[in-house]
Amino acid sequence: MTRRTWIGWQFVAPFLAVFALVFLAPIVYSVYLSLYRTRLIGGTSFVGAENYTKALHDPQFWSAVGRVSLFMVVQVPIMLLLALLIALAIDSGRLYGAAFFRISIFLPYAVPAVVATLMWGFIYGDRFGLVGNINDYFGVHLPDPLAPDLVLASIGNIVTWEFVGYNMLILYSALRVVDTSLYEAAAIDGAGQWRIIRAIKLPALRGPLLITTMFSIIGSFQMFTEPVVLKTIAPNAILTYFAPNYYAWQLSFGGQQYNYSATVAVVMGLITMLVAYLVQARAVRKAG
Amino acid sequence: MVAAPTIRPAARRQPLPKKRRQAQPRNKTLTVVTALMVAYTLLPLAWLLISATKTQEGLLDSFGLWFADDFALFDNIGRVFTYQDGIYPRWLLNTVFYVVAGAGGATLLSTLAGYGLSKFAFRGRRAVFAVILGAVAVPPTALAVPTFLLFAKMGITDSPWAVIIPTLMAPFSLYLMWTFSNEAVPNEILESARVDGAGEFRIFFKLALPLLAPGTVTALLFNVVMTWNNLFLPLIMLKDRHLYPITLGIYTWNQQSQTVGGDVVFNLVITGSLLAVIPLIAAFLLLQRYWQSGLAAGSVKQ
Repeated sequence: MTRRTWIGWQFVAPFLAVFALVFLAPIVYSVYLSLYRTRLIGGTSFVGAENYTKALHDPQFWSAVGRVSLFMVVQVPIMLLLALLIALAIDSGRLYGAAFFRISIFLPYAVPAVVATLMWGFIYGDRFGLVGNINDYFGVHLPDPLAPDLVLASIGNIVTWEFVGYNMLILYSALRVVDTSLYEAAAIDGAGQWRIIRAIKLPALRGPLLITTMFSIIGSFQMFTEPVVLKTIAPNAILTYFAPNYYAWQLSFGGQQYNYSATVAVVMGLITMLVAYLVQARAVRKAG
Repeated sequence: MVAAPTIRPAARRQPLPKKRRQAQPRNKTLTVVTALMVAYTLLPLAWLLISATKTQEGLLDSFGLWFADDFALFDNIGRVFTYQDGIYPRWLLNTVFYVVAGAGGATLLSTLAGYGLSKFAFRGRRAVFAVILGAVAVPPTALAVPTFLLFAKMGITDSPWAVIIPTLMAPFSLYLMWTFSNEAVPNEILESARVDGAGEFRIFFKLALPLLAPGTVTALLFNVVMTWNNLFLPLIMLKDRHLYPITLGIYTWNQQSQTVGGDVVFNLVITGSLLAVIPLIAAFLLLQRYWQSGLAAGSVKQ
């Protein structure tokens, strides 16, 4: 080993040690667990792919996957479109008080998801929430945002509130590093604002948009805090298999089904990576 | 796998934008439309602030976006700190400890590793990089249950380690610090320091670290947010409520208030939430200059 190789490894080794312990080891361990079954009588026995077969035919698991997929298909585009529009508006230089807008819209990112969900959960509620206030004052009866058929949309609103400013800031940061001489050249050629957005700004945002899309997709699939906290406020609207992560947690902590829980975690990790990969491959093909 | 975004240092465009920006006419319609978005983001926070001034009764019989007759903010704060034998300050200290050890440690490890990957063409570097970038695409919470099962086997659940150790891994910080090392630390000054006979770790701490500061502050701030805000990890790892961080504590107070027969303390849930939010918002506002320039150098996402 050369001296430089030795020094390079010294810099990287602490990170890799942690990586091995909290990333590689849990994956290996859960794959191992997923191949076994534990029973009160009879103990632990090797069952091969049986847990996976069970997961593939488990309606509760697929209901959870379907719910987060629906969430991903609807919430992610809405949030990113909003983030994009705000980033373009702030970058246009045509706003009064742009710096204030930028930081105010970003602030929810600093609010813990527990607090964000509690706040919105109370606001949604009819006990001391705004929805209840509006119903009382105007004598109307708004649809209950915490009803089972609306709760997913209500979670979508919470997640959008938490992350729209964060995504906006990433897109805005990318716009800030566009070479300004491009705008000047375009202006000399008589290009209007829309034309500049289409021809210069949007192409410059391709990379950051891909990044934000990928992470939003991963974020949707790992939804956990929002349903768990809302369950305390609206117990009937949130099922124990509301989202895959929630389901895996319930299997472990509610049902002691550790082997099956590990299987669900493995399958969900694979689905997430597959979807992330497909989105990226599609984006790269389009760009190429 | 995550595609590498195009990264350019923010500094290159500094003198020009002012000129361009001044030339743009301000637009009232656009300002009003964007202001609606600000109303959306700030309204719940206003609700939280106003509700924290209310008593339990005031919460129930007053309009959500205006004050009740009694102004009970200081009373609420006092009760938050003394309720259940003063467990809230304990939760606050736990959170600070997890943040310092977990987020601080994560930032240190990823700064070292990012710099190492950037500046040393050692054997195996490509493989290390590929594995870590692949890890970015694996959702951390998908790992939480397996990590719990593993830690249970090792007998370290229900201890501070169970919360701190998983937090130490931050692949995206590493990625950020790698791009920063490429951009902000010129190889020439490292070479000249080596010629002068300085050791590699001395060069890192004395020369490279100051140059990496905007990136480190950005990574640190986002790691702090991730640790401060985490619920899933402490929820599965901890049983002893004296070890809880603030998020989990507030969650249990709310759960208790919703339970039939439990002590109803929504005013403390709300005031406790407000107090938990303030430090992070303050940090973001005070450190704006650093993290905004850090963000501009790369897309950051935890």
